[in-house]
Order: sequence, then C-alpha cells, then structure tokens
Amino acid sequence: MENGNMIEVRDLTKKFNGFTAVDHVSFDVKESEVFGLLGPNGAGKTTIIRMLSTLTRPTEGTARIGGYDIVKRDNNVRQLVGLVSEKMIMYDRLTAEENLRFFGKLYNLPTKVLNQRIDEQLELVQLTKWKNSKVGTFSTGMRQRMNVIRALLNMPKVLFLDEPTLGLDPQSTVEVREFVKKINRENKTTIILTTHMMNEADILCDRIGIIDHGKIVTLDTSTNLKKLVSGDAATVMKMEIPNLTQKLVTSLQALDCVKSVSQENASHLKIHATGNEAFDTIIDTVRAAKGKINSVENLQPTLEDVFLYITGREMRDKADNKISVSHPRRPMPKRRIR
Amino acid sequence: MINMGAKTMISHSLRIAWKDLMELFRNRMGLVLLILMPVFMMTMVGFIYPSETSLNNVDIALVNEDPGFGNYSLSSTFITTLETINNNADMMTLTNASNLDEVRTIIQNGDAEGGIIIANDFTSNILNGEQGIITIVTDQSNPQMSAMIQAVLGEVFQEMGTALAQQNIANQLGIDLNNTLAIVKPYNIQVQGSIEGDFSYFDFVAPGIMAMTVMMSVMTGLPAAISQEREVGTLDGMMVAPINRLAVILGKTLAQMARGILQGTLILILATILFGVTVHGNILLVFALLLLGVFSFVGLGVVLTSFAKDQETAVMMMTTIMFPMMFLSGVFFPIEQMPWFMQSISKVLPLTYVADALRKVMVLGADIPALSTELSILIVFGAVMTTIAVPVFKRAMTR
Repeated sequence: MENGNMIEVRDLTKKFNGFTAVDHVSFDVKESEVFGLLGPNGAGKTTIIRMLSTLTRPTEGTARIGGYDIVKRDNNVRQLVGLVSEKMIMYDRLTAEENLRFFGKLYNLPTKVLNQRIDEQLELVQLTKWKNSKVGTFSTGMRQRMNVIRALLNMPKVLFLDEPTLGLDPQSTVEVREFVKKINRENKTTIILTTHMMNEADILCDRIGIIDHGKIVTLDTSTNLKKLVSGDAATVMKMEIPNLTQKLVTSLQALDCVKSVSQENASHLKIHATGNEAFDTIIDTVRAAKGKINSVENLQPTLEDVFLYITGREMRDKADNKISVSHPRRPMPKRRIR
Repeated sequence: MINMGAKTMISHSLRIAWKDLMELFRNRMGLVLLILMPVFMMTMVGFIYPSETSLNNVDIALVNEDPGFGNYSLSSTFITTLETINNNADMMTLTNASNLDEVRTIIQNGDAEGGIIIANDFTSNILNGEQGIITIVTDQSNPQMSAMIQAVLGEVFQEMGTALAQQNIANQLGIDLNNTLAIVKPYNIQVQGSIEGDFSYFDFVAPGIMAMTVMMSVMTGLPAAISQEREVGTLDGMMVAPINRLAVILGKTLAQMARGILQGTLILILATILFGVTVHGNILLVFALLLLGVFSFVGLGVVLTSFAKDQETAVMMMTTIMFPMMFLSGVFFPIEQMPWFMQSISKVLPLTYVADALRKVMVLGADIPALSTELSILIVFGAVMTTIAVPVFKRAMTR
C-alpha cells in the first residue's frame, strides 16, 4: 500500500464463455475516497465488484486491496472488505440479531465485541426495536439498512456497494445515501459504489469512472467530467419545436458541430454540440427546415450528458420509448452476474 | 497452525449448520413435509407389499366334474374335508361352477381369484389304483396372487393326500395310524432361520428404506440448499467472509445430515410401532452406518452442486441419479434376483452397501467385524468422492 492507494486495479479482465464482461480495467482508489462506477446495466460494474471482493476470479489482470493481491491473498482481502450486494444478504426466517450474529461470527469476532457492535449498528440505522423480529417481515427500506450494516460488522477498510439504492423509495434512498456518506466521513472507509443513476454518483462520489461495455471510458471528478460537456467549446441545449419532423432531426444530426441529438418527446430535443458557431448553426438549420422554435434552454450539464457525449449513446434504453423512464431495468442474461 | 485452521473451519461449519437448521425449524410447511415423507413412505411400502404368505377369504370357484363310481364319491369326501379345513382357516370363499369355461368367465369377471377342478374320473382312477387329478386354475394377470393360491392350495391338497395315504396304509398293512407318517413321508423337512423370530418382507425393506431416506434427504437437500442460497444471494455473504470455502459445504452437509437422521429415526420408530420391526444389532451401529452412508455419498452431491447453475437443475440432476439408485441398490428387491448387468450396476452404488450392512445389523444382529467388506467399500468410495469433490467445489465457488 504505497502512495496512499487503498485499491490498485491493473488490466482486470473477466470473460464468461467468450463474452468479455470486463475488459482490461485499470484504476486506483485512494484511502477514504468514495469512488463511483457509473454505467448502464450489463456494463460490467457488478463483475468488477465481484472480482474485487474475491467472489469471482479474474481471467486476466490483477488487483490489490490494502496491498494484498485479490487472488493470492484472498483471505487477507476478505478481512478488509465489506460487501453490500445488489441482492439482500439476509435470511428471512432469522431475526435481525440472529442474522447479524451469524455473519459476525464468520469473522471470528469475540461474542462480547460482536454483541456490542450489533447493538451499535442497529441503533445507527434505527432498527433497535426490531432486533428480535424476523427480517422477512421488514420493509424494503429496513432490509436495505440491515443489508448495509451487515457489511459493516467487521469494520471494513473498504466497502463495496453494488447498486445500494436500487428499488428503494425516495425517502429510503436518501437515508441510505446519508448513511454511506456518514460511514465514509466517520470511519474513513474507502468506498467503491456502482450505480446506473447519474445523480447518485454525482451526490456521493469523489471520483467517477464511467464504464461501458466492460471498459472504463473516462475517469475523473464529477466537476471535471461535466466540464467536458460545458466548457467553452461544448453546449447542451433543449429546444421545443412543435412541428418537429424526423427529417429535421436527421438534418441536425448531420451537422458537424452536433455531437448528438436525443428526442425526449414529440416536441422536445436535447442537443449536444461543440464549437463556437454551434448555437447559430443549429438555429439556422431548424429555421431552414421550416421548424418553429417555441423555446431554447441552455442546460447545466449532468453526468448523463457526459455519458452521452463520451459514448455517443444515451445511457438508458430509449430505443422504443421516447419518454424517459425513471429506472428502466433491462433483464440481463444471468451468467453476466456470476 | 493447521490445527487452528481446522478448528475455526469446524466452528464456522457448525455456525452454518445451526443457521440452516434454524431456518428449517422455522419453516412450518417444510417441517410438516419433512415428517410426512417418512410416514407416507413407510405406510406405503408396508401395506402395499404382501407381508404374509397365507390366503385370506379369497374367492375360489369350485368345479366337481366327478360323477363318482357306483356308491362311492371320493370327490365329495374330498370337498367335505376341504370345507372343514377352510372353515377353520378362513382361507377362501368357495363358489360352485360347472366346468372350466365357467371358471374362466368367473375369473375374467373378477368374481374369483382362482379355481379348483376335480376331474371327472377322480373316484374311478383312485379306486383303480391310479392318481386322482385335481386342477388349480390361476389368474395370470395377477401373478402374485396366483403364485400364492398355487402354493397354499398345493400344500393343502398335499396334506390331504398324505392323510389319505396314511389311512390306506394303516388299513392295508394293519399298522397303527400314528406310525404311518414315516412310511408315507420319510423326510421331515424343517426350515430354520439363522436367528430366532418371525420375519416378514418388511424386515427386509425397513433397513433399506431407512438408508435410502437418509441419503436421499442429504443428496437432494444439499444441492438445493446451496443453489438456493446462490440464487437468493446469501451465499455471497458467506463467501465474502474470511472462512474456509469447505466450511460452507461441511456446514450444509451437517444440517442436511441432521435432517436426514431425523427422518431415518422417524422411519425406525414407525417401523417398530406399525410393523413390528425389531433391531437385533446395536442401535448406535445403525446410526453410525447411516452417517458413513452419507459420507460415502456426499462427494457426489457436492460435485453435482458445483455444476448445477440453479436450484431447479440441481434438484433435477439429483432426482435423475437417485431414482434408479432406489431400485438398483436392493432396497425393495434383492439384488440376486436381477440380471447380471443390473447386478454389476448395483455393485458400484454405495446405497447397495449401506442397505446391505444396515440389514445385516438390524435383522441379523451383525457387529463391526462381520461388516468389514461393506465398511471398507463405503470408506474407500467416500474418500475417492471427497478427493474429487473438494477441488471441484473450490473452483466452482470462484467461477
């Protein structure tokens, strides 16, 4: 563990029957940093987490956590890490306390220490009065809070969070995010978090790696990533054109200065463009095609725009659906998760 | 150091086993099924298979074609004697018929299970110094019943013949009736079991069913339990902890074993109460054998678990293997009755040896030295399977 890097990943690769889920990924994460892996479903985020938490062996490449190789020193790595997986790691028929005790004992924690930690953690997420209730009776939000504190029993130096707010209601989402921030702040825990939600990465992460098709396409702080799309040269704008035609969209896409055009509904377009003349050129093109412009908005870029800008594609599946949906989950082939 | 590692591994596996059993006992429905399965199995096997070899109120059609000879009708005497015997034993209900064709019709209609025909020259033949012919008609569509009718009636007629012969000899040679039996039947054949007591088919199947239930419980339970945890995601929770990978499989096996032994004990209790089975050997040896059986087998279960991607596949794979094993390892039918190629298959199935050894202990009261062959085969089988299973499982867990 030199130069303050808690995690060092080099050319990490995973292939499943010829399909490359993770393709030569390299990055470093500093101690007590919150690092986000952002990308669409099936991009390889979960597989990276599974390799780093020693659940899956890499096909190629190496990674070190706290100086320990994830393959050769897997048991040392396991002592250091905690995993909040996308699936709930909880037994429904056991009570909150029994669940925590079971997993805690796997870390050889002395009973006294473990008892104390169980009480502390339950208190921390306001589940103390549910201590002796079966987890099967818990709401999704309660279960996810349990899921997070379960991963904290061994006081991990590194915490992996795989889609920690997936399927939660807005209030629970906020609670979990606050809790993650708190753990990072108070315990100096290094956190790697995967998400397909741009704003989540934006709120929580110090640095973000955007991942697509198993590769990290870009890696920087949220602010720097946004500068990519909103610098002097780049513009994001939203236009309302009531008499929008497919022909008009095509002619806009054909422009040199336009990076991408996405249609949000029957009359709204979102355009990414570069170059100083871009604004004028676009307006001219719309006018020339007899397009009526109701409104033009210059947008603050979001990470979604960054993704679009870098990959030339939208992050969410909008191929058949021009209206954006909050979390479209594409069913994934099972083997990708393994 | 290694000792330490083994100790923590065992403590972890006990944790996992405890957790599994906790889940099991809190699952009411599962628990009910767990108890019902052996109950069904026992009652089914116990009552379906004939446990006795005597007839009980079986419908038999009787034809007397014999007109007699002069004043004599030996067939009437014969029938009177038969009825007297029957009244005491309640073997059958006799209905009269006129000829073979009618007997066939009656059997076809299901009104009788068999028939007796006394030939028309019965009396004259005997009076002329020839044998009187009695025909037993059987229903081939029910081989078990026809074999029994054949055996029981054959025996009865034989006895009646002997009695008649004794009387004839006593009259002709003028000797005391009590001394004639040695002349008519010089041999007295007796059957002696190697141990005391009455034995039924049930004594034969009970040990086999016990062995089968315990092993089936472990073999289907283990892959199902592991792939279920894999699907739900909780397996990751264990695998991400710094525990020996084998603690998982060991813990799961222990839990399934406890479940299986529970069912086995239930079977033993039912067998004792309902069917009068007695354990002649050491009861501890019975359980030790069940555990050894599980050990001999668990490797195979682990290998299959490693290959099974989901719960459904795992259970299907296990069923495919368990089903033929049930019939080939001599649980229901003696192996010696099978054709040679089936026998050679059954010789490589560990269940064969478990059932065999268990039968020896429970029925014959055998002790460990008498089981040395079975024991060594089971230990070798288990050792080989485990040696294969451990690396396969470790690999599968980090796929």
